[in-house]
Amino acid sequence: MAGTDPIHQFVITDIFPIATIGGDGTEGSGIHLAFTNSALFMVATVVVISLYLILSSSGKRLIPNRVQLVSELVYQFVANMVRSSAGTEGMKFFPLVFSLFTFIFIGNMFGMVPYFFTFTSHIIVTFALSMLVFLTVIIYGFVKNGPKFLKLFVPAGVPGYILPIVTPIEVISFLSRPISLSVRLFGNILAGHITLKVFTGFMVTMIPLGFLGAAGSILPLIMGVAITGLEFLVGSVQAYVFAVLTCMYLNDAIHPSH
Amino acid sequence: MAGLIVAQAQEAPADAEHTQTPVEAVGDELHTAEEELHAATELHADDHAGVFPPFDPATFGSQLLWLAITFAALYLLMSKVALPQIGGILADRKARIDADLKAAEESRQKTDAAIAAYEEALASAKAKAQGIASESRDAIAADLAAKRAVVEADLSAKVGAAEASIAQTKSAALAHVDEIAAETAQAVVSQLVGEASPEAARSAVAKVKE
Repeated sequence: MAGTDPIHQFVITDIFPIATIGGDGTEGSGIHLAFTNSALFMVATVVVISLYLILSSSGKRLIPNRVQLVSELVYQFVANMVRSSAGTEGMKFFPLVFSLFTFIFIGNMFGMVPYFFTFTSHIIVTFALSMLVFLTVIIYGFVKNGPKFLKLFVPAGVPGYILPIVTPIEVISFLSRPISLSVRLFGNILAGHITLKVFTGFMVTMIPLGFLGAAGSILPLIMGVAITGLEFLVGSVQAYVFAVLTCMYLNDAIHPSH
Repeated sequence: MAGLIVAQAQEAPADAEHTQTPVEAVGDELHTAEEELHAATELHADDHAGVFPPFDPATFGSQLLWLAITFAALYLLMSKVALPQIGGILADRKARIDADLKAAEESRQKTDAAIAAYEEALASAKAKAQGIASESRDAIAADLAAKRAVVEADLSAKVGAAEASIAQTKSAALAHVDEIAAETAQAVVSQLVGEASPEAARSAVAKVKE
């Protein structure tokens, strides 16, 4: 049953436990800390990104080879994204946006490998990342602009009598950003992986049903191949969307008046 | 799987109780059904009691801990090592290209300046040549005019002298005309009438002349 269970792939298992903070010593109480399969792939993601970028560019070739060119293209891709959305001032957040983009992107790509764990399919991870962006926007917004940051909620050129309606809408839309940002990524990855597992699971259940079942299993196979392609696209697009929205939110912190 | 085994282990004493009394047996059947349900749910989500894994708070601590560690490490590695390194490569390349373009532009300006200098030299040389040509032409013309003036003056002097001698000769000739006419008249008269005095001839000529 576990072989075709579409939920099983999201189960977090401890590789080795570290500590339990608080609690009364019984099972399930306190905060359990462990090195898990999720943590393993986070570490793998960071190692792969860092090693690739640092080693590929260590030659500092004036005329890049293919390996260095990939690093340069990713760098320029994210740099142009930040510059076009948040302006030149936004470039101080370039390392943050670059880290977010590559972390989510490589995490999603790792998730496409069979038996690999996808850490972006857990709401707590995506929510923590979006809260990081949200808090960065709020803290930087107030530090840089002071009370003027609140102008963000009062769009310029709106007549005074509409403001009591518009301002609460702006506040709500601002506060819902970390939720929409995290649920978008989480939902896409979770749903994609479930769909993929369900369709390919049909094959496993159909083949033992005799000739008709085995012959008919070609249909979920086609779907499985198609959805695999789609998931690569979704994984890339969601990393891009997360990074672009981060840039746009940071732009609000840098230039709060609309 | 572990859940199923646990559930079966719990079922075993329940079966033992089943032999005791019929009243209890009904309750035990209910109990067994409950446990089967429990076993089914436990089977579904291996160790965490029937919670959808992404919403299982028991794993949040570990995930947040490792997310914080790995993302902080990634951010530090990116902002301190990788991005300055790649950015440096791109900046170097841009500086190199800009410098090359600037050098090309400088060379172009030098070429333009050289062309301008050449054209200027050519123009001045042409002007100089024209100056020399017109100067020598003027000098030759002046020389020619002077020589011609000298020749003309000489010629006009000679013409004047010739005219003077002609006039002199003419007046001298005219002075002899009366004498010749008188002699001719005397000769004609003497041939016709024999004798004629030179005085009479002369006075006759003078009368005719009047």
